[in-house]
Amino acid sequence: MKRLLILGAGTAGTMMANHLRHRLAANEWEITLVDQEKTHYYQPGFIFLPFDIYTPEMVQKPIEKPLPRNVSLINETIEQIVPEENHVLLANGDVIPYDILIIATGTRITPSETEGMLGDHWHKDVFDFYTFEGSMALRDKLRDWEGGRLVVQICEMPIKCPVAPLEFSFLADSYFQNKGMRDKVEITYVTPLSGAFTKPKATAALNYLLEEKGIHIVPDFNIEHVDGENKKIVDFAGEEVPYDLLVTIPVNMGDPLMARSGFGDEMNYVPTNKTTLQSTVKENIFAIGDATNIPTSKAGSVAHFEAEILTGNILRYINGEPLKEEFDGHANCFIETGHDKALLIDFNFTQEPVEGVFPFPGVGPLKLLQESRLNHMGKLAFRWIYWNMLLKGRPIPFVSATMQKSGKKLETIH
Amino acid sequence: MLIMEKIIVGTPVQVNEEGYLTNFSQWNPSVGEEIAREEGIALTDEHWQVITYLQSQHKQNVPLSIRKIGNSGVVSIKDFYRLFPKGPLKISSKIAGIPKPASCI
Repeated sequence: MKRLLILGAGTAGTMMANHLRHRLAANEWEITLVDQEKTHYYQPGFIFLPFDIYTPEMVQKPIEKPLPRNVSLINETIEQIVPEENHVLLANGDVIPYDILIIATGTRITPSETEGMLGDHWHKDVFDFYTFEGSMALRDKLRDWEGGRLVVQICEMPIKCPVAPLEFSFLADSYFQNKGMRDKVEITYVTPLSGAFTKPKATAALNYLLEEKGIHIVPDFNIEHVDGENKKIVDFAGEEVPYDLLVTIPVNMGDPLMARSGFGDEMNYVPTNKTTLQSTVKENIFAIGDATNIPTSKAGSVAHFEAEILTGNILRYINGEPLKEEFDGHANCFIETGHDKALLIDFNFTQEPVEGVFPFPGVGPLKLLQESRLNHMGKLAFRWIYWNMLLKGRPIPFVSATMQKSGKKLETIH
Repeated sequence: MLIMEKIIVGTPVQVNEEGYLTNFSQWNPSVGEEIAREEGIALTDEHWQVITYLQSQHKQNVPLSIRKIGNSGVVSIKDFYRLFPKGPLKISSKIAGIPKPASCI
């Protein structure tokens, strides 16, 4: 019996377990997952929790629930990967040998990387919404908040779901309007990049949103520390932005397991071939999703497209065939713009998001890079698709793993 | 993206609307020096160390940030701001011939 070991039972790990359990003979391959968590969170739903759009029950299931039968799950912390020995050490001292290893340990916020961010003010005046706890604490804060300066701030790129902070700002505008207190709230969006939008097509198509929603932008702000006492953030050049309520996206990092295992880059991401998804650590180690150092967005849709390609490459690896260099960085995301509307974007390593229709060329019905109610319905429907199709490894109709070029107004990025 | 041709010290190079090179193979040290001059910076050895580091990270597809550059041991954050005042990362990236740090939209 051979063993395929998957580290992490989140979006990417669960999808790989489902894909491979259907493709690998149960009498030849044992599939094992290791994850320290007991809950599988629907992370795209976290952004709706602070605004009371989703309830906590809507974003969680027991971690084993979306897994296929005939795989085993070990609920334990991973201590170390030992590539030379082809085994993994767990915190309880167990040694798990493998023939093939898939690393799907994701990325996480690391507020301790920014001076002054953690402290008495954490989850009191300074919040994240990238964790279940953070989103819930922020929901409770917003329910009674009487207004003031709301600052939404990104510490540094890359972050999981790069558009989420902007979506948060749009939804906040909508939320405070609905509560009849928009005039009491000043919304400021603080980014280390040159603006809220950085791609020319998106900037041209979407800049009106910021003006329409009265969101102030502070660009080129690289946070040095949080001054919790005086309620301000300070950047390396000395610029200060005062806040009453700070919603921050702390530095995102991979699992510290990589540092303990002696590989990974300085952000603890796994060095990975961006087209085959094989790690450069060793030929029988593969990586997927947010855990890799691949230069595309860290997002569930990317992991979904990667999963189809990685499944093919693992089967090729088992059969001794050359791997296919197939992954193009494809990502496809809904972006909430508030007031029950959303945008849809589709892009890859070389193609910036453009206008057009999706998924049928010339037909749609979804419009790319344009606000619509139908896109918002798509985002809400996506929760069902996530639990019932995406995690199960079922193909989503008409959406291919690599980006389709027809039906879009394309220009290549150099 | 709008791509324009620009002649920099006698070398034709393609740049985007913000003056960033769109093809790194067209970059050479004289091109870097000229872009720096347009930004009001005369390049010294200290500048070149940073530029070389940025280019090596870019070749490995490593996303750059001010904090990571500060941790690299190549230059302190304070010196980075001194060498490339007002937006050090975007200005040094332009001189190095690599893209401006960007998000997905």
